Amino acid sequence: MIERTPILNLATHAILVFGLILILVPIWLAFVGATLTLQEVNSAPIELWPGDQLWANLKEAWALSDFGQKFLNTLIVATGVVVGKITLACITAFALVFFNFRGRMLIFWMIFITLMLPLEVRIVPTYAVAANALTPFQTIMDWTGISWLINAVSGIEVSLEWNLLNSYTGLILPLVATATGTFLYRQFFLTIPDELVEAARMDGAGPLRFLWDVLIPLSKTNIAALATIMFVYAWNQYLWPLLVVTDRANYGMVVVQLSDLVPDQLTTGGGTPTWHLAMAATLVVMLPPIAIVILMQRWFVRGLINTDK
Amino acid sequence: MRRAYFKFSWIAAALLAPQLLIIFVFFYWPSAQALYWAFTLEQPWGGGNTWVGFDNFRKVLSDPYYWGSVRVSVIYALATTVLAMGMALTLAIFVDRQLAGYKAYRVAIIWPYAVAAPAVGLAFQFVFNPGAGIFSYINTIAPGWWDLSKYPWQAVTAIVVAGAWKQVAYSFVFFLAALQSIPRSLTEAAAMDGARPLRRMLDLQLPLLTPTFFFLLVINITDSFTDSFGIVDTLTGGGPFRATDLMVYKIYSDGFRGFDYSGAAAQSIILMLLVMALTFVQFRYVEKRVHYT
Repeated sequence: MIERTPILNLATHAILVFGLILILVPIWLAFVGATLTLQEVNSAPIELWPGDQLWANLKEAWALSDFGQKFLNTLIVATGVVVGKITLACITAFALVFFNFRGRMLIFWMIFITLMLPLEVRIVPTYAVAANALTPFQTIMDWTGISWLINAVSGIEVSLEWNLLNSYTGLILPLVATATGTFLYRQFFLTIPDELVEAARMDGAGPLRFLWDVLIPLSKTNIAALATIMFVYAWNQYLWPLLVVTDRANYGMVVVQLSDLVPDQLTTGGGTPTWHLAMAATLVVMLPPIAIVILMQRWFVRGLINTDK
Repeated sequence: MRRAYFKFSWIAAALLAPQLLIIFVFFYWPSAQALYWAFTLEQPWGGGNTWVGFDNFRKVLSDPYYWGSVRVSVIYALATTVLAMGMALTLAIFVDRQLAGYKAYRVAIIWPYAVAAPAVGLAFQFVFNPGAGIFSYINTIAPGWWDLSKYPWQAVTAIVVAGAWKQVAYSFVFFLAALQSIPRSLTEAAAMDGARPLRRMLDLQLPLLTPTFFFLLVINITDSFTDSFGIVDTLTGGGPFRATDLMVYKIYSDGFRGFDYSGAAAQSIILMLLVMALTFVQFRYVEKRVHYT
């Protein structure tokens, strides 16, 4: 708009800068805390300007929390969730949109409902399932008498067991079990023009070839958007890994490790709280998702708006 | 739904099977399990569960600690939502004026979305710490006045501020997108009629943001009920004196620390109903997105 509004422009900048300060101050203080020594960080008039201990603190926090293995684990889980979610979302939406069968709407609604209840709300029973992921089938077989039948015929006692605690599968699968991406894909598939499908069929393409050669190349922006959102979502998981992983040394994730660094009576045994290490670790842990969001900003915003999380 | 192109075959079944299997095992089964536990009680020495009807709910609903938890959850939900949405709306409206530095402002407001809740909790614990953070200033003036681990209202304030800080980015993204989808022709017409920028904000932009506003209102409240665990666990640990024992945190501590599966399941069911009611409201009344073109 071509208008001269010098006073309003100044006010706009003032308001925005003030807002930015509110947003940045906590992180700035955490950053400053990470650059100080143990004495400095606990001295009463707090430093507002960084010291020179950042590298030393980072190294110490890294070694203390054994972050090497944990970053690897987190990366594996985040990649697993991203790939799993995108693959599942894509093929499920494809089957729902392009195939004609009875019960299509029923299946659509069954998947749709999973959006309603986040993992946190059903955490206790989901944990019980993770302890043995085959419980549902075992119970169904017991109830319907199939176990009894198998036992009578072959003499084999049916006891299915698949423990997911302390495993990457256990960390990944429950996080994949929602419909988030399916709807993003469904919306996209609904915009594919009829002519494209007819042309592909005319050329003799079956459904799978059509999916692979036409739809997937067209959905690259979808994939980028979904991947950004899911990576941040998986990286920042806290409650689920906290429960599923008891073997922190081998399967721990970085974000969960932060809870061990809270400087209270438990961690310091009544000594001086090690804020400088806690803050250094906090910085390291939040860096990768922030980098992804800033680098992939366009796709991130698109993904956020289209998936409704 | 559009008309389909391919006949149902084993291919479609194979494509649907993985998703259905996963949501059956990790969504429908646990939800059913929660219902089962909520209406039964496990025998202390094994031997399965006995049916107890609504006893678990009665016990939960007559527990003053539970109502304390509900109360603080509602306070937390409303306070974080108001703070975060107010801030997001203000920033979005002014960022949308697209003055110099517009892109820098936008990035700087968006990135906190990527910070994990426990990291937010930990950073704010440092900020609010009576001995080391910026609030230690207060204690040099009035010693002992500020201490999160002693005064409930201070602990609640701390989780509200941390929670709101984390939510701002999400609402901001939606507000900004909604503002940018307002057609230029409308803005120009208003300008032609002599509406200055501030007038346009009040009479053009704000009314057109209403659908987004209600959508975000519901999403933010739902999120603050379900997504608060990380912040509470690292910032206050539910204390002092259960002052910040939010509903999800209480389910977690009753279920996994107290091993009271039936009680935790009953609480889960109540929370599920609450979240479902909110989602229903959203789909029924709010989801009608407005398109201006």
